[in-house]
Amino acid sequence: MRLGVLFSGGKDSTLALHYAKNKEEVVCLITLVSKNKESYMFHTPNIDVTHIQAEALDLPQIAKSTMGEKEKELLDLKEAIAAAARKFQIQGVVTGAVESVYQTERVQRICNKLDLWCFNPLWKRDQKALLEELLERRFKVVISGVFAYPLDEEWLGKQIDAALIGKLLDLQKNYGISPSGEGGEIETTVLDAPLFRKKIEVLDYVTEARGNSGVFKITKARLVEK
Amino acid sequence: MILIVDMNWKKSSLGYYEFVLSIASIAKSLDKYAVKHYLEVTKKELTQFDVVILSGTALKDTATLSQLEKFKWLKETDKPVFGICAGMETIGMVYGAHLTNCLEIGMTQVNAVKENPLFSGSLRAYSLHSLCVEPSAEFEVWAESNKCAQIIKLKKKPIYGLLFHPEVRNPELIKRFIQLNKTDP
Repeated sequence: MRLGVLFSGGKDSTLALHYAKNKEEVVCLITLVSKNKESYMFHTPNIDVTHIQAEALDLPQIAKSTMGEKEKELLDLKEAIAAAARKFQIQGVVTGAVESVYQTERVQRICNKLDLWCFNPLWKRDQKALLEELLERRFKVVISGVFAYPLDEEWLGKQIDAALIGKLLDLQKNYGISPSGEGGEIETTVLDAPLFRKKIEVLDYVTEARGNSGVFKITKARLVEK
Repeated sequence: MILIVDMNWKKSSLGYYEFVLSIASIAKSLDKYAVKHYLEVTKKELTQFDVVILSGTALKDTATLSQLEKFKWLKETDKPVFGICAGMETIGMVYGAHLTNCLEIGMTQVNAVKENPLFSGSLRAYSLHSLCVEPSAEFEVWAESNKCAQIIKLKKKPIYGLLFHPEVRNPELIKRFIQLNKTDP
C-alpha cells in the first residue's frame, strides 16, 4: 500500500514513519507549515527543518503553509493530503498520534472524505515505552519547545537520553506532565534516526524563552555522513 | 487466558499496533493473553482460552465481512466473545443481522437502554465506523447512540458486540467483560 506520512519532524511522526516503512511502502511526507504558534494541530518550532529531514530520508515532501486558524487549517490539511494522493497516488495516511482524539478524529474524517486509509501505529502506546524505544532504535532527538511549568529554557536543545527520560518521568509523577509531550508540553526535533541516510548537524540556533515557555529554533543545519 | 483476534486485513499489518496492541495493553493487567489473526482461528484452538476479544480495524478495512466462512467457530463456540467495531459487525453478520451505512468518527454519547453488567447511564466513547448493525431477533440491544445500536448481546450466548472502541477511552468495559467471564484458576 502506498502511504504518505503526516510529518512534523518530531519524534512521534518520525517513529510512526519507521513503523509504516517496515510494513508498507512510504512514498512521501506531508507537512503543514503553520503560522499560528497556538495551533493544536500543526505548530512545531522547527517545521522549516523538515525539508532537510525529508532529504535525509530520501522522500519527497508535500509542504503546505497554513494560517493555522482553527478548523480552516483542516481544509489546508485536506488539500495537502489530496495533493499527495494526486501526485504520489497514496492510498493511505500515517500519523504519529498517541493519545489525542482531537487530532486523530480530524485526520480520520479527512481520510474518509478522500477515500484513503488512515493508520496511527503509536496509538495508545505507553509514553515511557515510546521514549525508551527511541533510545533503543538510536534516534537522536532534541527538545525544541517547552510549554508547561516547571519546564524552562534549561531543557531547550537537550538530547533525549536515559537521564532526561528519568527527569521527564519525575515531572510526570510530581506535576502531571505527559512525559512524551502528548499534552503539548514538549516539542521535539529528530536529528538522526535509522532511516536517515545522513544525520543533521546543527550549525546555528536561537533559543527564545520566557518563563515556562520557550523554543529551540534551528537556524542553520546541514546533512553530514553518519 | 485471553485470546485477542486480530481482525485486520492481513496478518502482521500496520493496523496491528493501533487496533490489537491497544487491547493487549489493557488485557495484560488481568490475565495472560495470546494474539491470533482471524484466518488462524479454529474452534479446536479456542479450548485453551477463557474469553475471546475481536479487535477493530481501520475505517476502510472490511476484509472480515467478505470472509464470514472463516468465522464458523462463532456459531459453534460457547466461549464468551467480545467483538469491537469490525468485530461487532462480523458477529452481527454471522448471526443474521444486516449492516447499513452509518458514519461516526470521534467522541460519541452512548446511552444504556437495558440494564447490563458493562455500564449504566451514559458514557462518552470513541467511534470509528462507517457501518452499523441492525440486530436480528437473536440479539438484545444494551446501548445506543443517537444513530445506531452501540452494544448488543446474543440472547442465548455470552457473545457481545460494541460498535465504539472501548480501548480508547473506556478500558473499564473491556476489563469488566474479562472479569465477568474469566474462569478462575
